[in-house]
Amino acid sequence: MIPGSFAYHRPKSVAEAVAMLADLGADARPLAGGHSLIPMMKLRLAAPEHLVDLGRIKELKGIRADGADIVIGAMTTQHELIGDATLAAKLPILRETALVIADPQVRYVGTLGGNVANGDPGNDMPAVMLCLGAVYQIAGKGGERRMAARDFYEGAYMTALEAGEMMTAIRIPAPPAGHGFAYEKLKRKVGDYATAAAAVIVTMSGGRVATCSIGLTNVAETPLWAEEAAKIVAGSGLDAATVAKAVAAAEAITSPASDNRGPAAYRKKMAGVMVARALARAKSRAA
Amino acid sequence: MAKVQVTMTVNGKSVDGLVEPRTLLIHFLREQLNLTGPHIGCDTSHCGACTVDLDNRSVKSCTMFAVQADGAEVLTIEGMAAPDGTLHALQEGFREMHGLQCGYCTPGMILRGYRLLKENPNPSEDEIRFGIAGNLCRCTGYQNIVKAIQYAAAKLSGTPVKEAAE
Repeated sequence: MIPGSFAYHRPKSVAEAVAMLADLGADARPLAGGHSLIPMMKLRLAAPEHLVDLGRIKELKGIRADGADIVIGAMTTQHELIGDATLAAKLPILRETALVIADPQVRYVGTLGGNVANGDPGNDMPAVMLCLGAVYQIAGKGGERRMAARDFYEGAYMTALEAGEMMTAIRIPAPPAGHGFAYEKLKRKVGDYATAAAAVIVTMSGGRVATCSIGLTNVAETPLWAEEAAKIVAGSGLDAATVAKAVAAAEAITSPASDNRGPAAYRKKMAGVMVARALARAKSRAA
Repeated sequence: MAKVQVTMTVNGKSVDGLVEPRTLLIHFLREQLNLTGPHIGCDTSHCGACTVDLDNRSVKSCTMFAVQADGAEVLTIEGMAAPDGTLHALQEGFREMHGLQCGYCTPGMILRGYRLLKENPNPSEDEIRFGIAGNLCRCTGYQNIVKAIQYAAAKLSGTPVKEAAE
């Protein structure tokens, strides 16, 4: 399969990339790892006239602590997330999630920025970002703006990213030391998108949930932040009756499509199962 | 569309060529460099038959434009054996342990095994299976592929190699 023709651009800096994207307008797409965009181009479902390759922009790479936040350059690959010591210590849910994305070859090239900016409801990182309360740093011709991940997703492949803009970094407030975490993903095989998946971060105090946040993957047109379900478990010891209520609240906000991963009713139930499992595993890991 | 000049090091040799921006790396390797070891299997970044090593990463060359590899160091199956023809330990392992039947997936499996062993010279069986999860084989059931990589790991680390597959 051969993609349609396009002109190729290789900026060396964010400023240069943003100027190019602004000049070229809606006919241009930024190219990150390309592991969503290139398959779409090969199928001719995408046919941009210009590709702006972000692969040589050094300032888009790397993971650093900035006060209480962890800042991850948009072009940081899944493979780099898996191997990073700062993340292993402070944000281990990212490693756990990256390890269930695609396969080794794709993880060497696929980027965090591409995963969260593409707006594909099947991507795993967006729900984790909603769970964590991440903020996206977005560059445009007018400068940089910041937007909460929880406000970013509008529909399948529809995000708040405007033509001419690009994501430069993902800023994540580090959860407190001793937090529990889990990303539970049900998939048919390695490399598959989730039938349903849930991200959970909890802090525990005296055997009870002090704080909780829950994100859901691939059970709606956008990733979901299950705010009500998280409120239900707060203050509880995660007893069976409370978990059942939270699961029901999480299922209630889903609207999965029936597809070859299963009928909608099944995928809704699996979202609940993933929430229950993720809550249990997160609790078991919390100090 | 205007062609673009690309230069890269492939199997230790500097090569260059003119490509359309839309030329995929696998097509550049196979059709312009006549390196037909990397195979096109699924053409949808699932099967791993097109896997090559690029700047110390295993990549699916069907899902990368040749222009993205400009300046890169690329290793394909053609570059695995020594110049005198002595097989690389992985190639020897696939032969000794019957790690292939039709052979279509083998170049990708070997290149993936190469990077896996660079990063983890003594992998467990589970780590090997997880590490080759992006490479599909429709003949062997993977059993002897795992053994072939174990054979290579043992040989490369200088420990005695276990008996060959039945």
